[in-house]
Amino acid sequence: MITRLNHVSIFVLNQDSAYDFYVNKLGFKVHTDAPMGPGARWLTVTPPEQPDLEIALMAISEGMMFTKESAGAMRNLVAGGTFGFGVFECNDLLATYEELKAKGVEFTKAPTQEFYGFEALFKDDSGNWFSLGQKGK
Amino acid sequence: MDFYPKVYLYRRIVKAKLFIDDNYADAIELDHIADEAFFSKFHFIRLFKKTYGKTPHQYLTCVRIEKSKLLLKEEIPVSGVCYAVGFDSVSSFTGLFKRMVGQTPSAYQQGCISKKLEIETAPLKHIPNCFAEMNGWTKKSNFQEV
Repeated sequence: MITRLNHVSIFVLNQDSAYDFYVNKLGFKVHTDAPMGPGARWLTVTPPEQPDLEIALMAISEGMMFTKESAGAMRNLVAGGTFGFGVFECNDLLATYEELKAKGVEFTKAPTQEFYGFEALFKDDSGNWFSLGQKGK
Repeated sequence: MDFYPKVYLYRRIVKAKLFIDDNYADAIELDHIADEAFFSKFHFIRLFKKTYGKTPHQYLTCVRIEKSKLLLKEEIPVSGVCYAVGFDSVSSFTGLFKRMVGQTPSAYQQGCISKKLEIETAPLKHIPNCFAEMNGWTKKSNFQEV
């Protein structure tokens, strides 16, 4: 029986920029930041109240799991916001929305009460998009 | 865009939170923060706690402790960290840190130094093997930048 998810990846266009976005704007914490040789880096962050879920900010680089062609295709998919998504949760959506907007986070949907919950949508610095919902609302 | 009620209240509370985030190292007075948010002190405390689940003072303490953890990771001496994040007594900082983090600043710092050293010398211990293999990292013997 599977019991937990402890690692998940988000593909990013630039790890330095992603570090700034996830740590300094979203407030995530760095779990592991390990240089893995020239041009390679293992960088994971965790949501502030979920320290055992490591989100690996994965560079899209030719020569590792990508060929030149697949890396290019992947970069286009990520930049276009067409590769994957995630759902984050906060305690107060309106306050979090105002704070993240003040920090320069780009929202594509303002907080809206939908039939399934209260949510806003934002993009990270690479183009990945996320839903931000409020717990219990 | 005022698309939800009382947006101005949220903006003022968020402004106060960001003020704490930016000025935690200074001797911040609650009245000062309330003034920044254009609230009376008691109204401000109530709204802040409703939004963030902590009073402004509790939040300021949390920010200082979190910032102190980052500085301790940089191997800055405990007393230097204490004053750098806005505490004025090493003993009260140490006691507060232990209560909130579960270990003393010195023990926390030693743990961080050990982890940093291990990441430098044996990074694969911190990476799921499937990711490492997929990236060809398990075949390398030296991960240091050249």
